[in-house]
Parts: sequence; C-alpha cells; structure tokens
Amino acid sequence: MAVTETVADLPGTPVTGLAKKDLLDMESLSKEEIKLILDTADSLKDVARHPIKKVPTLRGRTVVNLFYEVSTRTRTSFELAAARLSADVVNINVATSSVAKGETLLDTARTLEAMSVDFIVMRHSCSGAPHILARNLDASVINAGDGWHEHPTQALLDLYTVRDKLGSIEGKTITLIGDLKHSRVARSNLIGFKKMGARVRFCGPPTLLSDGFRDLGAEVFHELKPALDGADIVYILRLQFERHRQGLLPSVKYYTRHYGVTAERVKWAKPGALIMHPGPMNRGVEIAPDVADGPQSVIVEQVFNGVAVRMAVLYLLEVRRAKGER
Amino acid sequence: MCPMSRETVLLDEVAIQKSLIRLAHEIHEANHARWGDVILVGMRARGDILAKRMADYLKRDAGVSVPLGALDITLYRDDVGTKAKLPKPTEIPGSVDGKIVVIVDDVLFTGRSIRAAMDALMDYGRPAAIRLAVLVDRGHRELPIRPDHVGKNIPTSPGSNIKVEVKEVDGRDRVVLEEAN
Repeated sequence: MAVTETVADLPGTPVTGLAKKDLLDMESLSKEEIKLILDTADSLKDVARHPIKKVPTLRGRTVVNLFYEVSTRTRTSFELAAARLSADVVNINVATSSVAKGETLLDTARTLEAMSVDFIVMRHSCSGAPHILARNLDASVINAGDGWHEHPTQALLDLYTVRDKLGSIEGKTITLIGDLKHSRVARSNLIGFKKMGARVRFCGPPTLLSDGFRDLGAEVFHELKPALDGADIVYILRLQFERHRQGLLPSVKYYTRHYGVTAERVKWAKPGALIMHPGPMNRGVEIAPDVADGPQSVIVEQVFNGVAVRMAVLYLLEVRRAKGER
Repeated sequence: MCPMSRETVLLDEVAIQKSLIRLAHEIHEANHARWGDVILVGMRARGDILAKRMADYLKRDAGVSVPLGALDITLYRDDVGTKAKLPKPTEIPGSVDGKIVVIVDDVLFTGRSIRAAMDALMDYGRPAAIRLAVLVDRGHRELPIRPDHVGKNIPTSPGSNIKVEVKEVDGRDRVVLEEAN
C-alpha cells in the first residue's frame, strides 16, 4: 500500500460519521469528510481479500438501487458494496416499474420508504432529482449521478485512486479531457480535487467546454499539448457520440485527431503520469488501446477501489443514522 | 482527565510487564504440545500491542516463537452508532484452519467485543480452538464468555471505567481506574 496522508493514524480513532444524512454532491462535503471517507475506504478495501468477502456491519439494512438511467458498472459497484456489508439490496429497473405507468418520482420514493428502506442509491437524468428525494425522506439518499450536475462517488473513488497511487493529492495537477460541459464526472472531480488542494485543468473543444468553468477554479485549455504539460494525472472522459449528431462536433474523427490520447501524447504529461477513465471506454476514440492497457493506466484500479469507496460511504452514513436513532 | 471523575493507577509499567510475562508463559504451558499450531491474535487497538510483547517475552525467555495477528472488530460490532471507530485492516498470518487461536485483549468487560472477535475469526476459517487471554478482567459479563488466561482480576462497579495505556500508543504503560465522583 502506498503512503497516505491519513487523518487518523492512531488505531481505534472514534469517528462521527458524516455531517449530513445524504451524500448528494462533492459541494456539500468538507475536506475533512472527504479524508474520512478515503481513510475508511482504505480499511474496507481489505474485505475484498478476506476468505469470506463479507462483514456483518449493515445486517438488517435495506439498500435500494433506483436507476432512471441505464448503468451497469455504477449499479453493480453499489450492489457489491452493499452486499459486502451484508445489507439487503433491491434493484429497481425503471423500465419495468410503475414509473413506466406514470408514477411521480416522489410517489415512488414514498412507496419505497413505506417499505422501510434505509438507503436509496439514485441515478436520474434530471439534475437535482436526488436532492428532492433527500428533502422529503428519512432514508439516506446517495446520488449515483444526476443529469449534468454531479456524480460524487465517482469523484471519491478517483481521489482515492490518486492518493493510493501518488501518496497525496495536494499540489498535484490533474488534466480532464473531453466533453466537460455535459459531464457530471468532470464537475464532481473539479470540486473534489480543488477541495483537496490539487490544480485542475479542463481541456476540450470550445463547443464542449465553456469559459464559465474558470469561475469554478478550472484552468481552461482547448489544445491538448499545453494542457498536459506537467500533468500528474491524465483523466480521459468518455465521448458521447450524440454530441456529433447534435452538431457540437464536426465528426468523431475530428475529436480523435485533436483530443484522442495516444501513447505519443501521453509523453507530453509528466513521466509516469496516471492514466484514468471513468468507463466505459471508446477504445480508439478518446483513448488509444495501448494507453488504456499500458503500464501507466489505473483504470482497473478505479473500478476495484469504487467498491471500497462506496462501502465507506454506506458505513459512514450508517454510523450517523445509528447515532441519530438513539 | 474528566474533572468529574478520579483516577487510580492499578498497574504500573513493572506490574504490567510481570503480568504479561506470566500470561505468556501460561499460554505456552497450556498449549505446549501443539505449539506449532498456536497463533496469538491481538485485538486492536491495544491487544495487538500486548500480543506482540508477549511473543517477544517468549522468544527471550523460552526461545520459542509464535505467529502474530491483529484483529479489528469495528465492522462486527453490535453497536455501530455508539462506538464507531475508523476501521483498520485485520491481519491474520496464513490460514486459521486447524489452528489454536489465542485472542489477546486489554480489558474483558461485557464480552461483546469477544463475541464480535469470534465472529470475525470464523470468517477466516475453522480454528481447532479459540482461547482468550486478557490483561484485566473487570467482570460484568453480558454474554456466556470466560477468559482462559487473566493477568489481573479487578472487581469494578459498572459505571466506572478501566483504561489501559501502552507506550506505543499512549506514551506510557499503566492501567487506570476512572470513577465518577
């Protein structure tokens, strides 16, 4: 394990859990809370190596995965995280649920709560949808991606991976490349990496990256070479092909020619810079296959760490819930 | 120290050392015939340190060595809300299958931590036997659990607290009784 900057190196340090009952965005987490989540994930990662990959911590708790958008990896990651903590997991496939029959978001949620659900993990195409649920329910709501707004657990697992690999986040430079404008992953990472003291650069074509991000603390680049100069982390976003259909890109080929990350272009960043991607990848479009599979790539680690980070979020929310009940 | 309580030192550095040496030799004698199967597993955050010291004493005095493990029961507790701690990794040397696992803890009180420790150990395999060695037994068990080896029996009132301090974590070695005034 790499050297990490932990809040609590002494064994048995008491934790108070998180300040809020929900995890909705990186915006509302303090630097200390982020550190606590990463430190907790560090220990929970160990459960995956037990002969029995399960601990009884959330026995008798129910987690509902309420996904209004398709997702395989995030949903599976949350499902495994809950299962490793011994919670019961219900997956709601919206296409076959009563939502298809016209039920409102709030009615669906109240129905779930009437069935004594403790955690709702939610993905929705509308920004702010999880916030509406959180305000109206006693259950803890975890945002698994809302519109173009945020995807906090993705940012947390990315922060974890960087800290694990580089030893610290503070002072590092991360360059995110792609469709920044429509990316909740980019927004959450911008907020998270800034909070932890990193420099954040955004690089993409002007149609997919507005100058407004400067106000949020990002350095904006439209050319790849200067954006990668001195970068410790090269973070490649997935290109949605519909951007081409929407007229935001002349062609996918144009994108690859200017922004596709190849082995040659990786050399523009710091030697040994980390290559990251939230998945699923379009090989040969935004990332060359030899970069995705190369020695600098930590894309597989991101997936592995995602389960531990989501376990940490569930655990710390449960600590707060259990305290509140007494 | 809380202004509303008073402290009495029950064991000092020398007394702790004597107790641990005696405990270590007791464990060695009791499991002499199958010493090759014995593992000392200390409970975090103080028991693992006591286990390490016992192993050092055995090496020094009897020339025998014993594998060490460290057990974190945070994720196995029945009171996640009240006593939440930052979980730490559990480290078990090899498999516990067929082994004699001696759990080492600083204070034995209600027995709930030991219940959690046994659950945790069972997730690592099927030990031939689990034994329990504690530096201090303060009574007030809430579960049918009894120690095999005890450093010192200290009868206490339920409202008081026994605090074990070790150099490695707390900067000094002592066992303190804290009582409300």
